[in-house]
Amino acid sequence: MRVTLKIWRQDGPSANGGFHTYAVEDLKDEMSFLEVLDVLNERLTEEGEEPVAFDSDCREGICGTCGLMINGQAHGPQKGTATCQLHMRTFTDGAEITVEPFRNASFPIMKDLIVNRAPLDAIVQAGGFISADTGGAIDANIIPIPKPVADAAMDAAACIGCGACVAACPNGAGQLFTSAKLAHLNLLPQGQAQRWQRTEQMVETMEMFFGSCTNHGECQEACPKEISVDFIALMNRDFIKSKVKNRKLLGQTLS
Amino acid sequence: MTLTLNSGAPTGDIKDRWDNHKFDMKLVNPNNKRKFEVLVIGSGLAGASAAASLAQLGYKVKCFTFHDSPRRAHSIAAQGGINGAKNYKNDGDSVHRLFYDTVKGGDFRSRESNVYRLAQASVNIIDQCVAQGVPFAREYGGLLDNRSFGGAQVSRTFYARGQTGQQLLIGAYHALMEQVAKGTVDLHTKTELLDVVTKDGVACGIVTRDLTTGQVRSWSGHAVLLCTGGYSNAFYLSTNAMNCNVTAAWRAHRKGAAFSNPCYTQIHPTCIPASDEFQSKLTLMSESLRNDGRIWVPKGFDDARGAGQIPEGERDYFLERKYPAFGNLVPRDVASRNAKTVVDEGRGVGELKNGVFLDFSDAISRLGAPVVKERYGNLFDMYERITGESPYEMPMRIYPATHYTMGGLWVDYNLMTTIPGLYALGEANFSDHGANRLGASALMQGLADGYFVAPYTVGDYLSKLLGQPSVPVTDPVFTQAEAAINDDVKMWMNTGGTKGVDYYHRELGKIVWDRIGMARDKNGLEKALSEIPTLREEFRKNVRVLGTPEGINQSLEKVMRVDDFFELAELMARDALHREESCGGHFRVEHQDEEGEAQRDDENFSYVAAWEWKGAGAPQELNKEPLEFEYVHPAKRSYK
Repeated sequence: MRVTLKIWRQDGPSANGGFHTYAVEDLKDEMSFLEVLDVLNERLTEEGEEPVAFDSDCREGICGTCGLMINGQAHGPQKGTATCQLHMRTFTDGAEITVEPFRNASFPIMKDLIVNRAPLDAIVQAGGFISADTGGAIDANIIPIPKPVADAAMDAAACIGCGACVAACPNGAGQLFTSAKLAHLNLLPQGQAQRWQRTEQMVETMEMFFGSCTNHGECQEACPKEISVDFIALMNRDFIKSKVKNRKLLGQTLS
Repeated sequence: MTLTLNSGAPTGDIKDRWDNHKFDMKLVNPNNKRKFEVLVIGSGLAGASAAASLAQLGYKVKCFTFHDSPRRAHSIAAQGGINGAKNYKNDGDSVHRLFYDTVKGGDFRSRESNVYRLAQASVNIIDQCVAQGVPFAREYGGLLDNRSFGGAQVSRTFYARGQTGQQLLIGAYHALMEQVAKGTVDLHTKTELLDVVTKDGVACGIVTRDLTTGQVRSWSGHAVLLCTGGYSNAFYLSTNAMNCNVTAAWRAHRKGAAFSNPCYTQIHPTCIPASDEFQSKLTLMSESLRNDGRIWVPKGFDDARGAGQIPEGERDYFLERKYPAFGNLVPRDVASRNAKTVVDEGRGVGELKNGVFLDFSDAISRLGAPVVKERYGNLFDMYERITGESPYEMPMRIYPATHYTMGGLWVDYNLMTTIPGLYALGEANFSDHGANRLGASALMQGLADGYFVAPYTVGDYLSKLLGQPSVPVTDPVFTQAEAAINDDVKMWMNTGGTKGVDYYHRELGKIVWDRIGMARDKNGLEKALSEIPTLREEFRKNVRVLGTPEGINQSLEKVMRVDDFFELAELMARDALHREESCGGHFRVEHQDEEGEAQRDDENFSYVAAWEWKGAGAPQELNKEPLEFEYVHPAKRSYK
């Protein structure tokens, strides 16, 4: 099969970018989308044109490194699939495919299709952890955790931190990512001690970088791990509660 | 021999060795810890856990990763689980049994003291991870669930669906990010190590290249910890992530760190075969599939019929035929070798004739599709997403692929390499798995090294450096190393060649797979030793790197990694050639019994090979660390 790729190319963060069109031929159904870019890059190198910069690593849909807007959709047309797991059989022969970097004002373009997603790490730094220094842990079976709770925490923890939810959102909101991290930690008994501080700090850090959620639900549709928007509801509830709880806590300390 | 390989492993009752050693090690006063700078390279399980734990103790830590976030390290892709000798199942597990299984599974080529310590730490790791919020699978009563894995007769594997590596790494990443927020860890993403710097033979820092700006600069520290993973990508096609490389370990080797047992590479039997020349990497399908799938190929050669058209009588269930006792559940090395044999005979299946069938039709008629779906549904979906074929309707096609390397930098009991002050943790070192690693043990080792070993042993080393400032980055040892890297970069930018770096990586991978793959022989290894340098010479002349060294240049990053793979591949061949025996992942065709099983030679090869760098162009020199077995006595592994 053959496809025409319209790819966003941009030399660096402050350079002007634009679309370049490349025809790629002799492709097979079973090739992955990123392998098509590999083939194109090898050809461009031999022709003396600089290859297209794009990020990927595990190519198994788990590391969260890759991520492209394909025909305007974060990670492309297949539901529950990261860019690296997208295969050419999803496209028709002769298709014209538009390829852009993830879109968000807080994800500046570094080069071609590579963006900087550092704000996601900043949100985690603000409280996305359970403080448990090495060495002091009690036996793992002392606190039984009901299976449904462990399963729900795992559903949230499956987030790969790719940023597709942000890129897909018309408001550029970071709610799905932040709420998944919060739900993972806030649902577990081990996470209770820091629950309210964690929630307030992470939500406020999120708001420094990203837009507001108005319940479009595009994030859930784009998420390669199909993480549910229900977690956003949980986060919103915890955030309101945290405002009261944290103030009360402060009052107790001062009195 | 010019190196002294003193493992420093304690003696006495194996149960007490680590405890006694911990007591004997010197401590650093809490007020003095902040005077020491520790550089941690890599942010996978070993790196993130070590950086976080050392920072918690009060050391000044810098952590470097070439990823855009520490959470992307390849530990994240591990599926199955992590072993812990908790004996929660009351099935007779113990620290001693995990130790025993690991030494035996490693085909008696690992150091007993290290393995025992690993088994001891396994218990603490599970506790630590649960405390951090790792959502391990639970039973309905709320207690932790376990499953069984290859090479063991007890259930000791803890898991989080098929994403155990992801969840453990996220736990360690959280711990690391907490320290970053506190300012105790200085995190550098998109920063790749390009040299280890020594002064008077002692590690004093590193040189890195910023992958975003291209800036080459030095960092000094009192100790350097390499937590940089394995070298499976020397094969080009492997289950490792695209960016996994040997550069950090290799450049340490060039600076004097001995490299051990490079020929011990593990080939996993159940991966999805390559579909064409442009395949970029291979995907693993969990070992658990062999519980219900039957492996077969057609009896006839070049049989072009679909699986459904081949009648029962014309199928060869070769594992069941050759190993009636274990059948499809023989260990990884045996299953892999047999698949290769039938494919090499011309009986492979699929368009490229490069796979064998893994057939679930019997399981589906026996158990019904819903039960099979419950057990393997997510794996079947993953397979279908990649191949477009449904395993419910036609057999899977599988073939072995490289996915783990047991060899690595030589380390002593304290995980220090032959360069004082330079440590290697996790897959980057050679220490605990011998010639073959058991399933669910890689995660265990990475976290044991990072959480529970290095924080003690690094302190012992630093205690002796009290009052010594770190070497300033203006010192000639740093400026010279930087200049050498800048020269290198200039050379690669100006080769004037015509072909992309992937072309040469792929060609190198073919040699490594054909000659130093699942079955090796003298003739092939000697050929590899002449083919690799020839190809490398062409590569260095004819590879083309476009763009500029400033800013992001992925071809430049890769060309330097592939150059290191060339040198490593040569050493792999040399090591495989010298080891005139078959053990674990190293199978020499000349050394097999009449039934085609691996034949170890304990009399002559019961040692760790530690290769010493002798300068570019000169072959490395072999040093030997003898292995002694006081508790687990070498015996033949048989699965008939």
